[in-house]
Amino acid sequence: MSQAEAKVFQPHIERRQKVGALWKLVFLLATLVGIVALAALLLTVINDSFGLVALQFEVAPASLGRDGRPLERLEPKELREILTARLSSGLIRRLESEQPLAERSRQQLYELVMERVARLQVIESWSLGESLLKRGQIRNWLQQNHPQALLKFRSWVSWRFLVQPQASVPEKAGVLTALLGSLWMILITVAVAFPLGVGAAIYLEEYARENLFTRILQVNIYNLAGVPSIIYGILGLAVFVRLLERLTSGALFRIGDPATANGRTILSAGLTLAALVLPLIIINSQEAIRAVPQSLRYSSYALGGTKWQTIWHHVLPASFDRILTGTILAVSRAIGETAPLVVVGASTFVTQHPTSIFSKFTTLPIQIYQWTARPQAEFRNVAAAAIIVLLVLLLAMNTAAILLRDRISRQRREG
Amino acid sequence: MQLTVKRAEQDSPLSADALSGEYAIQTRGLNIHYGGFHAVKDIELSFRKNRITAIIGPSGCGKSTVLRSLNRMNELMPGTSTTGQVLYHGQNIYDPKVDPVEVRRRIGMVFQKANPFPKSIHENIAWGARINGFRGDLDELVEGSLRAAALWDEVKDKLSQSALRLSGGQQQRLCIARCLAIQPDIILMDEPASALDPIATLKIEELMTELARRYTIVIVTHNMQQASRISDFTAFLMVDKGRTGFLVEFASTEQLFVKPQDKRTEDYISGRFG
Amino acid sequence: MQKKLRLGELVIQLTLLLFGVLSILITAGIVLTLGEESLRFFASGEISIWKFLTAAKWQPAIGEYGILPLASATLMTSLIAMLIAAPLGLFVAVYLSQYATPRVRAVLKPILEILAGIPTVVYGYFALTFITPLLRLVFGENVVSIYNTASAGIAIGILILPLIASMSEDALGAVPRSLKEAAFALGATKLETSLSVVVPAGISGVAAAFIVGLSRAIGETMIVALAAGAGSALTANPFRSAETMTGYIVRISGGDLGYDTVDYNSIFAIGIVLFLITLALNIVSRRIVRRFREVYE
Repeated sequence: MSQAEAKVFQPHIERRQKVGALWKLVFLLATLVGIVALAALLLTVINDSFGLVALQFEVAPASLGRDGRPLERLEPKELREILTARLSSGLIRRLESEQPLAERSRQQLYELVMERVARLQVIESWSLGESLLKRGQIRNWLQQNHPQALLKFRSWVSWRFLVQPQASVPEKAGVLTALLGSLWMILITVAVAFPLGVGAAIYLEEYARENLFTRILQVNIYNLAGVPSIIYGILGLAVFVRLLERLTSGALFRIGDPATANGRTILSAGLTLAALVLPLIIINSQEAIRAVPQSLRYSSYALGGTKWQTIWHHVLPASFDRILTGTILAVSRAIGETAPLVVVGASTFVTQHPTSIFSKFTTLPIQIYQWTARPQAEFRNVAAAAIIVLLVLLLAMNTAAILLRDRISRQRREG
Repeated sequence: MQLTVKRAEQDSPLSADALSGEYAIQTRGLNIHYGGFHAVKDIELSFRKNRITAIIGPSGCGKSTVLRSLNRMNELMPGTSTTGQVLYHGQNIYDPKVDPVEVRRRIGMVFQKANPFPKSIHENIAWGARINGFRGDLDELVEGSLRAAALWDEVKDKLSQSALRLSGGQQQRLCIARCLAIQPDIILMDEPASALDPIATLKIEELMTELARRYTIVIVTHNMQQASRISDFTAFLMVDKGRTGFLVEFASTEQLFVKPQDKRTEDYISGRFG
Repeated sequence: MQKKLRLGELVIQLTLLLFGVLSILITAGIVLTLGEESLRFFASGEISIWKFLTAAKWQPAIGEYGILPLASATLMTSLIAMLIAAPLGLFVAVYLSQYATPRVRAVLKPILEILAGIPTVVYGYFALTFITPLLRLVFGENVVSIYNTASAGIAIGILILPLIASMSEDALGAVPRSLKEAAFALGATKLETSLSVVVPAGISGVAAAFIVGLSRAIGETMIVALAAGAGSALTANPFRSAETMTGYIVRISGGDLGYDTVDYNSIFAIGIVLFLITLALNIVSRRIVRRFREVYE
């Protein structure tokens, strides 16, 4: 404005605005870092879950032919001869006990030879990026080093992957055992933590009076919510696995083989994770119950309802959608937990599906951990495939949680 | 009801727009929309330099909206659109080439509820000056602003204390001092004393009269006695049936309160509604 | 009839009370088991608490039980994580609360929530298969070993970024509009208002967010177990492998573990240190949040 004023204040507005625009860009870029990281993570997983594989027979089927006749034209007797010649006696005995070789059809014997003798194996695998961009190079390399091998595009995530049990060879491995383990375990966790958690929340919100004891209880729950999950694993190890071994191993109920039974069972794992999610469920349920307007309670009391009647018939239904959503979220957190379960003793190699809550077990995240830790490249592929399964599972659970909550709250509103 | 009316100039505020030097700020055909809602329409006001102009009217008539349009504070609310002109010393502040940041330095604002920063008293006043590139002695500026706001004697020993420890009235005077520190030439006040007790209110009113010597002051108030006591000119706004605010009458305070031209004005000041 | 109902009510109330008390049992369980087994660890003879906390070698095989290497590795991964997540988290919070339009927020916030919901073992996989090769590409394979704390630290940083961002955003969003208006009315730009008025006004909430993030980083296990390695040496080089406290616990308990061996007991000794550190951090952060809330309510 005036000359005097211009000397006193030099607002440099244009420069300040430029600096402002620059910093806005910085803030925006910071936000994009998160998005980029997420994209990189998903792309890495996808990259490792699909790709070319080089397959080769351990024993070429062509070499198993006789007198000029190829393998598929051999007689059952000749096929049986091949099997007995090539397979170990132990394996033969097991096959015989499942179904005698003499009773198997030619087709069955042929398949057996292909599976057990010829053995098509993955000798090399490539990521999706490599498969798409370096196809020619891969082909050449294969021509030079493994001329007998077949090149095929493979999705490591497949139906077979979902339903196969664990195996020591990556291409045969599946996640069924792990999925079942996760499922059994989470059922225990929910069965224990949900009623206890909601019950404790009801007590704190509806019954407890404002005194020192209640405050200690509340602070305690908040503290527990912040304890690292591995500490819960240590707790589980000391209490459930060791101290309560008779209970968790099934010895108390005479279940299981006393020679191998110990506390490292699904039950221990489920209880450990129940302790972990309990504070989360309590806090979430408390918030849900707190959100129910007082007027609802008063109307119930005014009609002569008792406290529990009010809670059971009015407060809980009103808060149920949020309680449910919170529980599902806590559960999906539990499904992804690995550290406490390693401490509690998820098995490193479990081939059989769990038969009871006293079984040894493995879970999906544990499987991912173990496969990722192996150096061979193919284990990376199955680890990635398992990650996809886990992420899809979590996505499904969270979506279900949101949909369920919307549906319940809509039902309540439209009554 | 007896109103003490301030003796003001005889000439009408709307006379001769020839000398824009007479007017610190004017609105021409001002219309403001919040999203689809037409908040105020066709506001034509001219604010004389070094005078106090009051904007009165029933609640919801758009007084604050008009006030905030004078320093482009309305734009902070998303979805606001302003058409028409606001001429500051002849220049339209809504011209796309004008940076609102610059407008707000020259046209300061004091809010209804005192909002000092959670910083020390000294820092509250120094901050605005500093970001605007003040070249002089900050301590001198702080003292000068506090004196001009009639607050210096009360706080001179505790400049480093948090501003939040002051009383409501003191905080409001601090906000005025903060505003003065950046040396605006117009000060907009949005019901500055409505949250204060009568004694604090009186202090603020005395301060405003004193400040009018050096600044142009526009004040929004719902308190008619206040308007008649301290302002030189008064604008009366009302809402129509569509809840859009419009200007009913604008005259010197003496004329508006003693001999209102419009019947609606008369009804309002005699308390028949509002 | 009435008497019977009241008895039922009493029973229910007691049952629910027991449920609540269960949480105390859990805490007691943690404290007792950690405490008892740790005592056994220290009682076994040559290990003194002082040496435990200050000795610089952790090699149980030859009787060396200094926690410093493990603690320093934990410190390193957490520090790297915070160096990434703290400033970025704050910037994200500033952007989301001061700059972003509601539409942009509706897109960005779910993405952050997805990031927060990914299991840590997946982040460990990510660290091993993407971050480490990237670091080796950028800095050279001689400089960066396959297992290194930098990789783990970066992954942990990405893990806690959404946590810090959302807590900070809540804090910044709670700053009253009137303060922002006061700043704008003085002719401040949006940047000046955000950095000089909003952030300082919400600083305690932001500080609390940082502390919670740090606590989470310290307790993180799977990422370090997969990416940071098992070498236990006191080193300041983030490109070398180093075992953290949590990594040690996982490695030892994952193997064949006999009860009451020194190894078994050592888990509890380290566990109690971990527990106390994270507990202290969480208590401090909650106290800060409570004081912050008082200022504005």
